[in-house]
Amino acid sequence: MNQEASHYAETWKKPHFIKSSFLRYSIYLATIAYFFLAIYTMEVNWTRVAEGIPRGADMISKFFPPDLSDSRGVILDGILESIWMAVIATIGGILLSVPIGLGAARNLAPTWIYLFCRGIIAVSRTFPAVILAIFSVKFFGFGPFAGFVALSIETIGFFAKLLAEDIENMSKSQAEAVRATGASWLQWINYAIQPQVLPRMIGLSMYRLDINFRESAVVGIVGAGGIGAHLLTSVQRYEYATTATVLISIIAIVITLEYTSGYLRKWVQ
Amino acid sequence: MPTIKTNEGPAWRKRTPLKQWLVWAGWLIGLCIAVYAWQLISEKTIWMFVFDAPSQMADIGKRMAPPDWSYMSKLWRPVWDTLNIATIGTAIAMVLAVPVAFLAAHNTTPHKSVRAAMLFIIVASRSVNSLIWALLLVVIVGPGVLAGTIAIGIRSIGGCAKLIYESIEEIDQKQVEAIKATGGSRAQQMIYGIVPQILPTIAGVGVFRWDINVRGSTILGIVGAGGIGIQLNASINVLAWTQVSTILIVILGTVFVSEYISAKVRGAII
Repeated sequence: MNQEASHYAETWKKPHFIKSSFLRYSIYLATIAYFFLAIYTMEVNWTRVAEGIPRGADMISKFFPPDLSDSRGVILDGILESIWMAVIATIGGILLSVPIGLGAARNLAPTWIYLFCRGIIAVSRTFPAVILAIFSVKFFGFGPFAGFVALSIETIGFFAKLLAEDIENMSKSQAEAVRATGASWLQWINYAIQPQVLPRMIGLSMYRLDINFRESAVVGIVGAGGIGAHLLTSVQRYEYATTATVLISIIAIVITLEYTSGYLRKWVQ
Repeated sequence: MPTIKTNEGPAWRKRTPLKQWLVWAGWLIGLCIAVYAWQLISEKTIWMFVFDAPSQMADIGKRMAPPDWSYMSKLWRPVWDTLNIATIGTAIAMVLAVPVAFLAAHNTTPHKSVRAAMLFIIVASRSVNSLIWALLLVVIVGPGVLAGTIAIGIRSIGGCAKLIYESIEEIDQKQVEAIKATGGSRAQQMIYGIVPQILPTIAGVGVFRWDINVRGSTILGIVGAGGIGIQLNASINVLAWTQVSTILIVILGTVFVSEYISAKVRGAII
């Protein structure tokens, strides 16, 4: 008895996050090996980087003061274009998402519709908005319409997926109760499913508007309208004061949108 | 319960009349916004090109098939670069995001002004897309993988730090108090009281962000910041559509694999 007590550990050690020590050390080793290899194969032109540091300092010094005059009126125009593109793409994307989301819910749709809708969602989620925008520009020509199409498709991947998941997780008893009254399919959707998912969907659509605005600020780089094109030209022309103005406007609008959407989401839920 | 009178007695309605009117008004406002936005966009659209789109799609679709599989051999290196941009970028971001998160969370921050500064860093980094960061960094450090990596890193700091500081604010304060009661210093309270509670979140956020960054790093090449986007841009510019379709398939594959890995790892952690 006494002997046993003396074998108790007298110091305490924090338990490890990964319990198996073999797994832990092999993960450490693999991580170190990977980073070594990755950094080793990274081709960096260090003389160019060294040259670049004064250029970076120059860029930042030219950021201040930002050129707020916007003499040609292009910045305001581009920003407004981005905002309205984001708005219409969110609305269009949501309208398209509703049928696709209903089709992608396992408990509503037959298997072939389910697989088809899930396929659409998977493809639109995979490609970044900019790649979709490149193709939209090829198909629909330069301008905000191309951006609208690209962002709408992007919205489907996000919104339809979450809508489908929400429908799959809904309370079955309410759906059954409405069905038991002899409701038609449309009535069933409208009275049993829609009230369960709507509050969250309104919140998510505000959130998506926020994301779409961020994306609409860059699709212009590939010619799909919005402020991105002016941002690219201002950097290429070394007009960094203009670049600073654009960046500040983007940040300001994103903050405003984020606060508004957060507030609205709280109010809805 | 809102009802209306019918010949057979009261019937159930979903909303009271006032609420119903409010809902209709909301829809009307939404419709007005949509129409206005649509008008602005359509003013700037050349509809001839839009109506021409189906034939363009058919044409490019025809040119894209079949994918040029021989081009695959030249794509392994860009895919490796793309993954490196995402991984090293995420690693840089996580190393910086953890201290930022600790300084930003209201229960661990040293001072309110520090918290405000950190929240500004988080918002600024999150608001600006990684493509814009890459555009600026290409000017500074020159085109290549390094610019892309830093761009992904800067963009991810905000995203990671936001999720981490929110989880720091939601920790169970009792464990920290317990450490404090044993006489632990502030640093010990953090290491033994807070870190164990948020470690799963940190790991989960890292993997989650990595998955997003793989997707993001496929396009950085468009502004010259390395990765497979360089090949994509080059092939589109010379109208080599069979190569473009190969690249798209490779991107699709990479993203699917990264999503699978991320889901598996997150499942194992949480």
